[in-house]
Amino acid sequence: MNATTTLPTRKDEAWRYSAVEALDGVDLDAWRAIDVAAGETFRECLTIEDGPGTGASELRRLRVTLGAGARCELFAVIAAAELGRIEVEVRLAEGAHFELGGVTLGGRETVREFVTRVVHAEPGATSNQVVRAVHWGRGTGNFLGNIDVVRDAQQTDAAQSFKGLLLEKGASVNAVPQLEIFADDVKCAHGASVGQMDEMARYYMAARGLSPELSRRLLVQAFIGDAFVALDDEGERERMMAIALAKLDKHL
Amino acid sequence: MLKIENLHAEIDGTQILNGLTLEVGAGEVHAIMGPNGAGKSTLAYVLGGRPGYEVTAGSVTFKGQDLLELEPHERAAAGMFLGFQYPVEIPGVSNVQFLREALNSQRKARGEEPLTGGEFLKLAKDKAGLLKLDMDMLKRHVNVGFSGGEKKRAEMVQMGILDPVLAVLDETDSGLDIDALRVVGEGINAIMRAPDKGVLLITHYQRLLDYVKPDYVHVLSKGRIVKTGDADLAKRLEAEGYEAVAA
Ligand SMILES: Nc1ncnc2c1ncn2[C@@H]1O[C@H](COP(=O)(O)OP(=O)(O)OP(=O)(O)O)[C@@H](O)[C@H]1O
Ligand SMILES: [Mg+2]
Repeated sequence: MNATTTLPTRKDEAWRYSAVEALDGVDLDAWRAIDVAAGETFRECLTIEDGPGTGASELRRLRVTLGAGARCELFAVIAAAELGRIEVEVRLAEGAHFELGGVTLGGRETVREFVTRVVHAEPGATSNQVVRAVHWGRGTGNFLGNIDVVRDAQQTDAAQSFKGLLLEKGASVNAVPQLEIFADDVKCAHGASVGQMDEMARYYMAARGLSPELSRRLLVQAFIGDAFVALDDEGERERMMAIALAKLDKHL
Repeated sequence: MLKIENLHAEIDGTQILNGLTLEVGAGEVHAIMGPNGAGKSTLAYVLGGRPGYEVTAGSVTFKGQDLLELEPHERAAAGMFLGFQYPVEIPGVSNVQFLREALNSQRKARGEEPLTGGEFLKLAKDKAGLLKLDMDMLKRHVNVGFSGGEKKRAEMVQMGILDPVLAVLDETDSGLDIDALRVVGEGINAIMRAPDKGVLLITHYQRLLDYVKPDYVHVLSKGRIVKTGDADLAKRLEAEGYEAVAA
């Protein structure tokens, strides 16, 4: 037990659906700073995958500061650890853009989650967050997305889209969009939905010769593809997709 | 090649097929007509193994094997093609990807080599041409945003690519304009008119049968075949209606 830091509990808003019990011994102060200078573009593809070094909890905490007209594009697959969590705090200066494409996958009792706080601190900045969650067993996928638009940040355009796909009965997803808007000329779109595999589509595919495993794989691929639409590097897109589908193949 | 005997089937505990008997020989085209709700689509789905369609009595043999024992995808690999009355949309999956996976799955199940991307595209282009469907349509997601007629034409392109031995086509003609009807009719002939193939053509209208000449016409009513005749039966039905001809 680490005595110097107090661990969060589920009473903390940002840990509401998390697996806080998996956190023991994790350094919660380890934030990675990413500063993108005015006009520059930063892109990263992050993955939390099964491997020899994977612990009970895998946290990635990023603090992103975007200068005027700067861009940050993050794409991520969370497919490992009892608690796999990517947290991003973003501060956007004038005309900056933040893009997040995230996928969570998992079964058993695992929790995989994205927690973001996007601060539109100046006018004319845009953000787009797309998270797709595919879960089975008693797995949980979460997206807690805060968007803050300060008083002067006119012409903000912020979008958030979350969709959950539950492959088995005990799985669940939670979406918590939180918008705090203090400017008046603001576009803020957010949508969240949860569903199951389209059985008629699967039957149609079977009638053309696809096995149940293959039809499920194709439908999951189509579902999570949304998260990588904005990733305009085909090789990286395929790599991220392969990591996600490998997880599915391994466990179902 | 297809032998249906005394078939009884139910959906959600409701009996729909009541002792249906029908045999399709190699090289034959059989048309099935019948009033709304008679059980035509149910027959198609039972043959295609759709979940929820439960066979309670009777048997179906296809090329000598028990069809009802096979999973839906195994039936496809065995050479059966089901043309849907309402083709299903699959957002996010392109026709090209879908059909290539489908064809190669079938080939694998039959112990054949998969087609390469290039070989597949050539085949797809060929069949799209046959049905006068723009190749660009095949790059789009399966049936998404297709008009009613385009869906039916795309189904026939699928059939051309998969090259089945038995086609069960459920109202493939509905939703087609006059020119498309001719194209689809000729497409069915080109793909399925062969000594070793068979067709079960479910339709409400005589018109398609002008292009695809049936060897037999059956009237399905209340879950069973109540009358069988030749191509002239369809003409009489069109002129006089089910009540007068098949009651
Ligand atoms: N899920 C269901 N539960 C109960 N009854 C059903 C179900 N699905 C279909 N039916 C019934 O089964 C009967 C046969 O339907 P089917 O779709 O096979 O008719 P059809 O001959 O294809 O008609 P159409 O010409 O209108 O296409 C209908 O009375 C229909 O209401
Ligand atoms: Mg019908």
